[in-house]
Amino acid sequence: MPDAAVFVEAQDLVRHFDVSRPILQRLAVREGKRILRAVDGISFTIPKGTTLSLVGESGCGKSTVARMMVGLYGTTSGHVLFDGRDLKQARAASDQRRRLQMIFQDPYASLNPRWRVADIVAEPIRAFGLAQGRDAVLARVAELLTQVGLSPLDGQKFPHEFSGGQRQRISIARALSSNPEFLVCDEPTSALDVSVQAQILNLMKDLQRRLGLTYLFISHNLAVVRQVSDRIGVMYLGRLVELAPAETLFTIPRHPYTRALMEAIPDLEMTGRTRIPVGGEVPSPITPPPGCAFHPRCPLANDRCRRERPELLAAEATMVACHAVQEGRAG
Amino acid sequence: MPNPILEVRDLRVEFPTRRGTLVALDSVSFAIQPGEVLGVVGESGAGKSMTGAAIIGLLEPPGRIAGGQILLEGRRIDNLRYEQMRRIRGREIGAIFQDPLTTLNPLYTVGDQLAETMLTHLPIRPAEAKRRAIEWLELVGIPAAAQRVDSYPHEFSGGMRQRVVIALALCAEPKLIVADEPTTALDVSIQAQIIALLKRLAREKGTAMMLVTHDMGVIAETADRVAVMYAGRIAEIGPVRDVVKAPRHPYTAGLMASIPPLDRRVERLAQIDGAMPRLSAIPQGCAYHPRCPKVFSRCAVDRPELMDAGTTDAACWLHYKSPAHA
Amino acid sequence: MSGAIARFRDSDLWWSFKRSPVTILSAVVALICVGGALLAPFIAPHDPFDLASLNLGDAFKPPAWDEMGDAIYPLGTDDQGRDVLSAILYGARISLLVGFCATAFATIFGVSLGLLAGYIGGAVDSVLMRIADIQLTFPSILVALLVDGVVRAAVPREVHDQIALFVVVFAIGISEWPKFARTVRGSTLVERNKEYVLAARVIGVPSLRIMASHVLPNVLGPVLVIATLNLGLAILAEATLSFLGVGVPPTQPSLGTLIRIGNDFLFSGEWWIAIFPGLSLVAMVLSVNLLGDWLRDALNPKLR
Repeated sequence: MPDAAVFVEAQDLVRHFDVSRPILQRLAVREGKRILRAVDGISFTIPKGTTLSLVGESGCGKSTVARMMVGLYGTTSGHVLFDGRDLKQARAASDQRRRLQMIFQDPYASLNPRWRVADIVAEPIRAFGLAQGRDAVLARVAELLTQVGLSPLDGQKFPHEFSGGQRQRISIARALSSNPEFLVCDEPTSALDVSVQAQILNLMKDLQRRLGLTYLFISHNLAVVRQVSDRIGVMYLGRLVELAPAETLFTIPRHPYTRALMEAIPDLEMTGRTRIPVGGEVPSPITPPPGCAFHPRCPLANDRCRRERPELLAAEATMVACHAVQEGRAG
Repeated sequence: MPNPILEVRDLRVEFPTRRGTLVALDSVSFAIQPGEVLGVVGESGAGKSMTGAAIIGLLEPPGRIAGGQILLEGRRIDNLRYEQMRRIRGREIGAIFQDPLTTLNPLYTVGDQLAETMLTHLPIRPAEAKRRAIEWLELVGIPAAAQRVDSYPHEFSGGMRQRVVIALALCAEPKLIVADEPTTALDVSIQAQIIALLKRLAREKGTAMMLVTHDMGVIAETADRVAVMYAGRIAEIGPVRDVVKAPRHPYTAGLMASIPPLDRRVERLAQIDGAMPRLSAIPQGCAYHPRCPKVFSRCAVDRPELMDAGTTDAACWLHYKSPAHA
Repeated sequence: MSGAIARFRDSDLWWSFKRSPVTILSAVVALICVGGALLAPFIAPHDPFDLASLNLGDAFKPPAWDEMGDAIYPLGTDDQGRDVLSAILYGARISLLVGFCATAFATIFGVSLGLLAGYIGGAVDSVLMRIADIQLTFPSILVALLVDGVVRAAVPREVHDQIALFVVVFAIGISEWPKFARTVRGSTLVERNKEYVLAARVIGVPSLRIMASHVLPNVLGPVLVIATLNLGLAILAEATLSFLGVGVPPTQPSLGTLIRIGNDFLFSGEWWIAIFPGLSLVAMVLSVNLLGDWLRDALNPKLR
């Protein structure tokens, strides 16, 4: 959707974490500072009303990006632009802050166990003063609970009385209660059973259509991502290795890592093909390999890959960071 | 048909609580042949892990086996004392859990743990055990096994640890492996490596395996037969291809349809409304009937047992043929 | 309200309480101690503070069952002719008051600092926790003695007698706060990274509000246990201070004061003056501690 206006933009986001040992221990063993490069230079844009997904294995930095996009983590360098404003400024004003919300992974940790559901859903309404008086707040809560497929009577219960899927609905109702326009969804269905996952994905799609929401969707599950995304970014060790329209990514995956990921997914169709799983494991983000971070596991790696880090460059509709693709060696 | 390695007959597991007794498993029956991989799938709380725990004698208290039998090569093992069961667990049944750290002892090197297990269960000398420990590490794909054999569990990554656990479960050459979500904690690329490894070893050693997982994809790739569990009972059991491609139970059909496909985008995923009932509130009749699109009057009254549904066995009244017709 | 009672009767806490005879016995003993102390002015046979009613002729009367005893002094009298039973009832009042107030002070102070340290982290955390660590290297009774000594040196005698009760409460309270702070800090570190706290941060709820309304209710379970166990310790600490003569003023004798007085006569045969206050103290502290142990086990799902 090139004609839609850019709504959210990440400009060269970097986030480092200091994971050094305490200073006394460090002096004792003569060890330098240890910097974990969780996110190491990521840029993307999300047009209004669309979904961008970030996929990757654990430790690739996708959840860190999610938290930077709502301001839970600051940036080491780079900027997040929200509707044309710097995120820091946007978050300083409550009428801007209410426009972005987040949905979390663990439905058992994302709701305060000591609060009633109505109070949980009402928290943003009260924080932003979106309804005046107890009755107005409760009416709005009832409306939100209905919207996510729960009963208004459920507001009087406590979170432990609900199943995982219902809790995730409550979480969504809370996020919607401030009338947001941009929702960051960090693995919203990973903790759910597959039949419930379908319910939540359908609900999220319905809400997007009805309310014109913009999503940043974080997941490790490529099949899920295919169902919800307009565009998809594949992350590896803190960087984007491929960024493409959803259908393009699945029909012509270009980066060797993207291909390896798809190859690794168990085949439900039972075509009987033998898969050749990619060898090796994700290296430590504290001591990433030089050059392309994927080169130790890449079948196409050569000397240049070991030396020089590839930039994310356009290759037809796709953006891909791979020397082999750019040199035409990828086949 | 040859004698099965494992046979479970009418297994019933109960949890006495102060609010009454919960029936966690009921009428669970299946058998695993030598060299066969039986997949057990279901959603959380369906009882799949509990079935595995009952077989290896590690039910969490106050859970207890309240009925039925578990037979290993025709010998009952459900009524053994803890000490006897512990010996069987190392020698004849190997166990693999989701979190490798629960199986590995952090205070001993992986080589010592492998050697110790073999010395306990096999008639070999320490030097031989050490040599075999290295062999096993090579077999499960740990690079530089001769050096890593003296490493401690925390020095391995998650995927490597799970390989060590697999070596540990297999090194005493058990007849049966119970693997409970062995790849759930791992990333997909590592998961694929582990599945390939398990499959190869089970084939090469002729070991029977019970593979418990929530991931239909893993089952489709690995298992020969599959049992689908719902609310503590088996809803459907049969050859994996038939269950996956042409499920006979409406629950299996719903479950399969709700898996997001990788090869295409669908506007709306098929969903099963509602959620699996809690053990304290299992409905009368078929436990699935409140969510079932094909429900009819009998479903709310009588509980269906597994019955012949053509290619598979399904616990569903849709497949009931009255004796008069048969 | 009736709903809350119904919920409690249905709760696991009530259920585990009913199944533990030791706990029920402890609760009964604790209730008798608290009830006796609260109702002292109404149930005590004499008023030990009413100098007019004291009769030195009645001094050193043994308990009523002794042939030398007197039925109107069930547990005998002390050197001033005070009724020991009445003195115990009034003394328990002081002991419990000091114990409760000191524990409440330590709880509020420790929980607040623990929340701040755990939630804010960084330098605040380091400074607060180092202070706690340093204080924990001293026995708490030493800290209390130190505080008391400093106050005694700082204020004139007559002022000190007036504020003595507050000084004891402060001295005992301040010596116990690190336990609360460390426990709460630990739980806070866990809670602050949970997603419900992140959700509140996303909408910009101020930190103090998050600490008070989200984190605090979820870290109070262990605090309740420590507070109960600490109540016993605080009562003992007060008794120790009073026994050493630096606690509550002699005009308001606590159980510790009574034991000190009785101690002087222990070897001259008037054993009841020290033994009965001592037994009361043991009953009180033991019952509170057993209740605390039960609470710890009942609230810990792993032990159930």
